[in-house]
Amino acid sequence: MSQHPPRDKRDPLARRKERHTPPGLRSSALHALSARAAAGRFVLQSCQDCGAMTYPPRDACPQCWGELVWQDQARGALVLCETTIRATTDLYFRDHLPWRMGKLALDAGPTALAHLHADLKPGDRAEMHLMLDKGGNAALFALPAGGRPDMDDRQWREFTVPVKDRIVLVSDARSAVGRAVVKALHSAGAGLIFAGMAPPARAADLTDEWAGLDRVQTLPFDITDSSLVAEGISKIAGPLDIVINTARFVRGGRNLVDQKRMMDIAVLGFMRLSGACAPMLAGRPAGAFVDLVSIQALAGEVGFAGYAAAEAAHLSLLQSFRHDMRAQGVRVLSIFSGPSDDEDYQSVPPPKVAPARLAREVVEALRMGREISCVGEVASDAMERWLADPALFVREKNL
Amino acid sequence: MTRTRTSYDGVVLCAPVTVPYERYSSQTAHWWAGRALRALARATGFGPGDIDGFCFASFSAAPDTAVGMVQHLGLSPRWLDHLPTGGASGIMALRRAARAVQCGDADIVACVAADTNHLDSFRQTLAGFSRFSQDAVYPYGFGGPNATFALITDAYMRTYGIGREHFGKLCVAQRRNALSNPLALMRTELTLEDYLRARPISDPVHLFDCVMPCAGAEAFIVTTPEIAAARGLKVARILATIERHNAFPDDPVQLRSGWAMDVDDLWSMAGIGPEQVDMLQAYDDYPVIVAMQLEDLGFCPKGQAADFIARTGFEIHGDLPLNTNGGQLSAGQAGAAGGFQNVTEGLRQVLHQPLGAQVPNARTAALSGFGLVNYDRGVCTAAAVIEACR
Amino acid sequence: MTALDPTLSGLIAGIATQRIRTVDLTNILSPDFPVIVLPAEFGQCEPFRMETVSRYDGNGPAWYWNNISMNEHTGTHFDAPAHWITGRDVPNGTVDAISPDDFIHPAVVIDISNEAAADEDFIVTRAFLEAWEAAHGTIPPRHWILLRSDWSKRVGTLAYLNLKDDGAHSPGPDAGAMRFLVQERDCVGLGVETVGTDAGQASHFAEPLPAHSILHGHGRFGLQCLTNLDQLPTFGAVIVAMPLKIKGGSGSPLRVMALVSGH
Repeated sequence: MSQHPPRDKRDPLARRKERHTPPGLRSSALHALSARAAAGRFVLQSCQDCGAMTYPPRDACPQCWGELVWQDQARGALVLCETTIRATTDLYFRDHLPWRMGKLALDAGPTALAHLHADLKPGDRAEMHLMLDKGGNAALFALPAGGRPDMDDRQWREFTVPVKDRIVLVSDARSAVGRAVVKALHSAGAGLIFAGMAPPARAADLTDEWAGLDRVQTLPFDITDSSLVAEGISKIAGPLDIVINTARFVRGGRNLVDQKRMMDIAVLGFMRLSGACAPMLAGRPAGAFVDLVSIQALAGEVGFAGYAAAEAAHLSLLQSFRHDMRAQGVRVLSIFSGPSDDEDYQSVPPPKVAPARLAREVVEALRMGREISCVGEVASDAMERWLADPALFVREKNL
Repeated sequence: MTRTRTSYDGVVLCAPVTVPYERYSSQTAHWWAGRALRALARATGFGPGDIDGFCFASFSAAPDTAVGMVQHLGLSPRWLDHLPTGGASGIMALRRAARAVQCGDADIVACVAADTNHLDSFRQTLAGFSRFSQDAVYPYGFGGPNATFALITDAYMRTYGIGREHFGKLCVAQRRNALSNPLALMRTELTLEDYLRARPISDPVHLFDCVMPCAGAEAFIVTTPEIAAARGLKVARILATIERHNAFPDDPVQLRSGWAMDVDDLWSMAGIGPEQVDMLQAYDDYPVIVAMQLEDLGFCPKGQAADFIARTGFEIHGDLPLNTNGGQLSAGQAGAAGGFQNVTEGLRQVLHQPLGAQVPNARTAALSGFGLVNYDRGVCTAAAVIEACR
Repeated sequence: MTALDPTLSGLIAGIATQRIRTVDLTNILSPDFPVIVLPAEFGQCEPFRMETVSRYDGNGPAWYWNNISMNEHTGTHFDAPAHWITGRDVPNGTVDAISPDDFIHPAVVIDISNEAAADEDFIVTRAFLEAWEAAHGTIPPRHWILLRSDWSKRVGTLAYLNLKDDGAHSPGPDAGAMRFLVQERDCVGLGVETVGTDAGQASHFAEPLPAHSILHGHGRFGLQCLTNLDQLPTFGAVIVAMPLKIKGGSGSPLRVMALVSGH
């Protein structure tokens, strides 16, 4: 059995550090920007009439008063000037001083203030990323262009979820996807992974490939059982940085017993898990909750009507949970996928997503702090069509 | 072809008043506005029934505007204006009131700026300051105006090769001017060495580049020469004014501002040149903006502020007395009242009614305002040239 | 009349004076008590679950109670004849219809603990039973047959369900043994310590799942997940087993008690 990695040393009698979130007031237009940044896009407004690009977000074109639309943009930029902020009245930034920011001329046209990676200085070329800050709002971050910027940059880490040396819980590590997620986190250097194993325990559990892995501990865990969730969380006891909810139960058809179980895992199970781990994540400097959601949650789907319904409810809860956790500075990330290439979707023809691919995306979403990810062609295509015309998409999925 | 601006004949300025500033105040903006009106009444004898025009500027009167203020303070004006333009509001009040008086829409306009400063009001004012700020500035470290002006200062220093010692010379001169002003909040000697060694706030902005927020009020009267004469008031006339908002929006960084668009108009209307004024009362929240005004108002060519600063004395007895009360840097910045003190101090000096030392033989003053960092730059600029009536 | 019938008063006095001892044969019903696991293509047995409704808190300031849910065949439980397809037409084959007369029956305890310890797939055959009778005496009619395997001592470990790559491994009877017990010894039913009356590998028998099939086809009952069988005498225990009166139910979790002589 592996040991816990050395934990942060702290005075046992010291009062726990309160975590703050960055100033949160934003306009509706900026929320629209955040909604796109959440999916990792780099967008700015352009005018439908004259094509002018504008930033900060506006409600009318400053050149011709035409209608503005969001468009993906080139990420290049030039650093014009910089400052290192050493005094602020804001509690969040006070905890992170000194803070570097600067002004950049975007290749797309406008100039913008942005958080600066430590290696950038005036005159340098930069690559812009629209990140979500700890309060869930979009913020521009300038990384050095080309090459490999140091991703351990102190400010960059505030916008992402470092996996290395962190303590992670995978809610269901028995499924193919769950196993792949454990492996991917292990490769990414997670400090300790608690691999949830729903009872009944099996003799095979003891000979499982990761049973001997350093930094992986199996944990009896079942999100359909409130007491086991509480017990599991209490066994983790120490800090818990990241929770990955891989639990699901997928069945086609309209069997009520199956439906109840699907709801119990996707809906009530989510509530049990999120409720139990929220207080632990809230105290962490970079807490995150990652949930794997079926893209079928968006619009229902004949053939998987009940599962899609359970996932729709799951998604709805996840969105509210994200709101709750924003105030705590905890990121809630959704990974949407279509059918995975495992026993749950035996009846579905390809393309399907390999569990390892899904697992890589979990790590990538954490690495980029991306709130919404779509893995595989089915999910990306569905998301695109749903965003473009939800009514048509719903009709097509249920023809 | 632009039309020639009409002169300000038939209009005078008088009765500059300053309600002594306090670092923090538990009073409201309404209380400070009341104090300003009382000071105006003492200086002029005008009561609520006499004042028929009211122009108001404040950041801390919420939820009230000038509307709430007239009922609160018992005025029944026939002309009312509210200016949300901060550092540009004094000159804007002056030129609006002047046209109202000149056209007969009002006879006696009280121009008042009042702001309080509670313990946490600076942070709260910042948090809800403007939409672009909340969306695109504060999330980036919440450095407030310090950070925004740090970026401008950084770019300005890189572009024009101006150094901290030049900014320091301005700050040190203003502090020296403040020493004679009994109402200035900062009245200890400041040396260039102190300035250079001060702690960084938001590089390259250091402690003595920053103003100190405080509570206070400023006010003056705009009326006709006849009414002023009837009360025996010393008056000054307006030679010229300009105003511009959101100038040069495509400049990536604000290295020049609205004055540069209208400076020729200013001096041609005034009939004198910058070298002929006896002082400059400029907006000084941060010294980089003073340097920019020296250039954009024509005191020196663009990019040569460093040289100009190096060879000019800015003390009360110097070549170009600058912010003779100490400016906002040394007297304090009482919110929107900070945007009025260029007018009240300039007026006091040309009327020879100084708070402290008098600029020798002063007759004319250039006044300049700059306001409202809505996003990455000050949006509002204004300037005026006034002259004492003898 | 306020006095008890002498027979009943003898029972009460016997319990009071411990001349009659009570033995609880029931495991604790808890979320982590294992339930039978079927291949994934079949519907699954829902384990016991408990959500607190209130506990002297805002949802009920002075009272504590829980909502519980489970499959009928969860924890220590009773199998009615209707549980199996062979018993679908048995009269009164659901728990609500079973006569209260059947709630109390004597039992014979057959100890297979040594055999099960040596072979976790130990099969009870007719030959084994005949040999057992030769040693202990003939099994009387209308008795519960309780197989003492000591499997209950494995509760809380992997070895209880004993799931391996090829399924569960636990002892149980074959068809010959079941026919012998039902047709020739007229048993009331079969009680076991394992999660099913059938052996772990019984689905692979020539006659698959003989305990369920034969017991229920003949209107007999099953009791599973019993414990404390090692505290019972071979002969002489009386079993009290009363399933919940679930309308049309196929079985039920229940409290099972034995009355045994205190001597």
